[in-house]
Amino acid sequence: MRLYEMTAAELSRRLQSREVSSAEVVRSFLERIDEVDPYLRAFITRTPDLALKSAGEIDSRRMRGETLHPLAGVPIAVKDNISTLALRTTCASRILENYIPPFDATVVAALKKAGMPILGKTNLDEFAMGSSTENSAFFPTRNPWDPGRVPGGSSGGSVVAVATGMAPLALGSDTGGSIRQPASLCGVTGLRPTYGRVSRYGLVAFASSLDQIGTVSTTALDGALLMNLIAGYDPLDSTSLPEEVPDYRAGLEPGLEKLRVGLIRYGRVDGFDPEVTEAVNKAASMLEEHGAKVGEVSLPLTDYGLSAYYLIAPSEASSNLGRYDGVRYGFCADGDSIEAMFSRTRGEGFGAEVKRRIMIGTYALSAGYYDAYYLKAMKVRTLIRRDYEKAFKKFDLLLGAASPTPAFKLGEKTEDPLQMYLSDVCNITDSLAGVPSLAVPGGFHSSGLPLGLQLTARPMQEKLLLKTGRFFEEQRAEYPLRPSLDFLEERGGGYEI
Amino acid sequence: MKYEIIIGLEIHLELLTASKLFCGCSTAFGREPNTNCCPVCLGLPGSLPVFNRRAIELAVTAALALNSEIRLWSRFDRKNYFYPDLPKAYQVSQYDQPLARGGYLEVDVAVGKRRINLERVHLEEEAGKLVHAGDSIIGSGYSLVDYNRAGIPLLEIVTAPEMHSGREARLFLEDLRTVLLYAGVSDCKMEEGSLRCDANISLRPEGSSILGTKAEVKNMNSFRSVELALDYEVQRQEKVLSGGGSVVQETCHWDEENKQTITLRGKEGSSDYRYFPEPDLLPLVLENTFVEDLGRSLPELPSERRERLREQYGLEKEEAFLLTANRELGDFFEKAAKAYPVYDNLFNWVQGDLLYQLRENDKKVEEIDPNLLAGLLQLLDEGSINRPVAKELLAEMVQSGADPKEMVRERGLERISGRDRLLPLVEQVIAENPEAVENYRQGKNKALAFLVGKVMAATKGRADPAELNRLLKEKI
Repeated sequence: MRLYEMTAAELSRRLQSREVSSAEVVRSFLERIDEVDPYLRAFITRTPDLALKSAGEIDSRRMRGETLHPLAGVPIAVKDNISTLALRTTCASRILENYIPPFDATVVAALKKAGMPILGKTNLDEFAMGSSTENSAFFPTRNPWDPGRVPGGSSGGSVVAVATGMAPLALGSDTGGSIRQPASLCGVTGLRPTYGRVSRYGLVAFASSLDQIGTVSTTALDGALLMNLIAGYDPLDSTSLPEEVPDYRAGLEPGLEKLRVGLIRYGRVDGFDPEVTEAVNKAASMLEEHGAKVGEVSLPLTDYGLSAYYLIAPSEASSNLGRYDGVRYGFCADGDSIEAMFSRTRGEGFGAEVKRRIMIGTYALSAGYYDAYYLKAMKVRTLIRRDYEKAFKKFDLLLGAASPTPAFKLGEKTEDPLQMYLSDVCNITDSLAGVPSLAVPGGFHSSGLPLGLQLTARPMQEKLLLKTGRFFEEQRAEYPLRPSLDFLEERGGGYEI
Repeated sequence: MKYEIIIGLEIHLELLTASKLFCGCSTAFGREPNTNCCPVCLGLPGSLPVFNRRAIELAVTAALALNSEIRLWSRFDRKNYFYPDLPKAYQVSQYDQPLARGGYLEVDVAVGKRRINLERVHLEEEAGKLVHAGDSIIGSGYSLVDYNRAGIPLLEIVTAPEMHSGREARLFLEDLRTVLLYAGVSDCKMEEGSLRCDANISLRPEGSSILGTKAEVKNMNSFRSVELALDYEVQRQEKVLSGGGSVVQETCHWDEENKQTITLRGKEGSSDYRYFPEPDLLPLVLENTFVEDLGRSLPELPSERRERLREQYGLEKEEAFLLTANRELGDFFEKAAKAYPVYDNLFNWVQGDLLYQLRENDKKVEEIDPNLLAGLLQLLDEGSINRPVAKELLAEMVQSGADPKEMVRERGLERISGRDRLLPLVEQVIAENPEAVENYRQGKNKALAFLVGKVMAATKGRADPAELNRLLKEKI
């Protein structure tokens, strides 16, 4: 087994026992990136020199016998909407193409303090708005299971990097499914923590009341290791939660007796692949066989979730993205007047989907429409929360699909925004409720593409999610899942982008 | 037709915190542009706001001082608009759930005391400052932005439309400033922009109960210009209305140089701010005890001080008013009064010679030690020095801060009194001025004054004038 094929937990063990050095580990991943990334394009910015430098530092500190964080020396990839000091942070947008932040996000500061070398910044839909990573202003990222298909989004770059061994771990962000949906489309594990559990300071805002940084990994245990590092109260984020952080790694051994699981019965959703439903039902049976009590649950208001989400998120986005006016940083176009300069900067700097959402949000917040749209959507959001509270009186865990279909084809939904929005339908209500939610691999579609399960728990119950995720991993003969990438050879290394 | 003038004011006040509302940057005025900035107040992508507790304390204190009702649950909202001085393209402000509602201020106006009611008091963040190339916003070639000011905590106070002249508005503002200075929440400097005022003004036929169309007047940079601008607007609107026209809703800019208002934009140019709750902040929830503690530690306010000054020192209404309106002068008076409890005489010296000398020497009353004046007046009352000497000593005391008692000792300025010391001087003057002596004997009283003056000149004003008179009469 090569180093880049190992989990973060395994790398951590080998580094701590000094079987390998961080420099060797980082080099292995950098070589893998060189080999794979030209075809899949997960990274916007690669930072091999920086990664090797921090690996070297960690190795010397280890040599000196210093006590190090368990993840010290384990490299990581960071989604390019998370602010990194002196390192370009583009949000996959023309408007920030050359923006170099003067500060680290709280999570990035934590990675650096722990001594995790950063391999680079990963691709996403512009400002995290999208479900396929096709909205990147620079290039789309491809699905490693079938390069003709999308990896999902918006954290497509982070997910593909982890799925293909270009990074053992990655940070993503999830506003309405942006970690969970791509994780399920690429066969990896993605956690959206409780809103406020991980600091948002330094995460470039899309929809502030929904944005949450989370983990992308090949196993639940690796997710737990990363959560141990990034979760917790941050005095720089007023919405971060003060509750104590548990050791997510401890007690992940399965023991599902008495676990009450609610199997989500979806309302009418067009385009739900029957094989997905089958996979979810099969997962429910597995849980039942191991002592869990499974019942059915319906969340009646989820039917309205998508509509509420596509009013609330664009409303907040229309305000959050106002600052990109060309005055202080980022792209700036000329204009005869200040209004002309603003209009041209924004007109040329933003892509179509971002503009669409700014327009929707501006409309929903306008005088005379606020009550009918934004306010109504907020009321629906409150009712959705109550739906969840009610469900969690009967169940400890909700089980459903992480995506209604396996990965779709590149370009398949780009002309039809509504179809694109519907691909997040499974993920959105958890976001609106602010509860933690985990996507774990749930077998394969007959087409050979991976399918994902979604587990949802009460606020702060990330550990229960990871524990159940680990249970599913143990039910499989082979884990983690790795795409063969045989197209690399078939195409003679010359796959056309 | 006679018109009734309706004026409402919107006041913005920079609170006296050391750091900004949502970050740790300094609020110091007059620094090198764009040096008091950080990712938060520059609104860099990914930055988030965190409340400055001190700003909330000051805001609550100000609202309490204005008799406003503190709301224990309030909320912050985003006011969205594009302008280069606004780093996030929204201002964090309070919309439908402000920090405090209601309140009032008792203002002395021409017709006696009048209560001006307030609509609300809320907290928000300051924007940056545009520096226009050239002289003014109109016709400027380019502008530069200074974000040092961006994020300073700002208190907005909105009055009810209850003022009826430019003068009333000015009096209200002056009183408001005094109250807020006493409350210790702001330095209230209109010239530095830490206190700003916009006005809504409309006219209606006397007796009518329907409000007329209003104009909003901005850019009034002194109390005087508030009065001038509003008086100008009254005339302008009156002319329009009596000419059979109607006032158009607009925002206008007071042009200080040409003493007129200039239209900035009409109603159609007004913005839809798309307010919505700020998702990056939790609602502001105050404990009852927090508000009560601030209420208890509220400093003495002007109206209370006026009452107390009259009672404690037996001052007249106008006298108490002067010492309250000029807070530092009042402080000076009260400190001096401890050492020199002859209040009426003290007040006369303070309002007379002291204020005169302060003006002459361009000094602030805070620079003068009140005990020095007290000592000086004691010397005078004891008869140790003469009045003209006292006046000179006061002037020197203000100029250099020298102690009058020491000056008297060092320079031997004590009064010359007693028969033994004065008699030789009297005899000398009589011998040297036979003409004047003769005139006095013939009944010319003026001649005596001449002789007194001679002795005074010889003693540099130090001779005891009463005794001198007596001795001269006796000897002639």
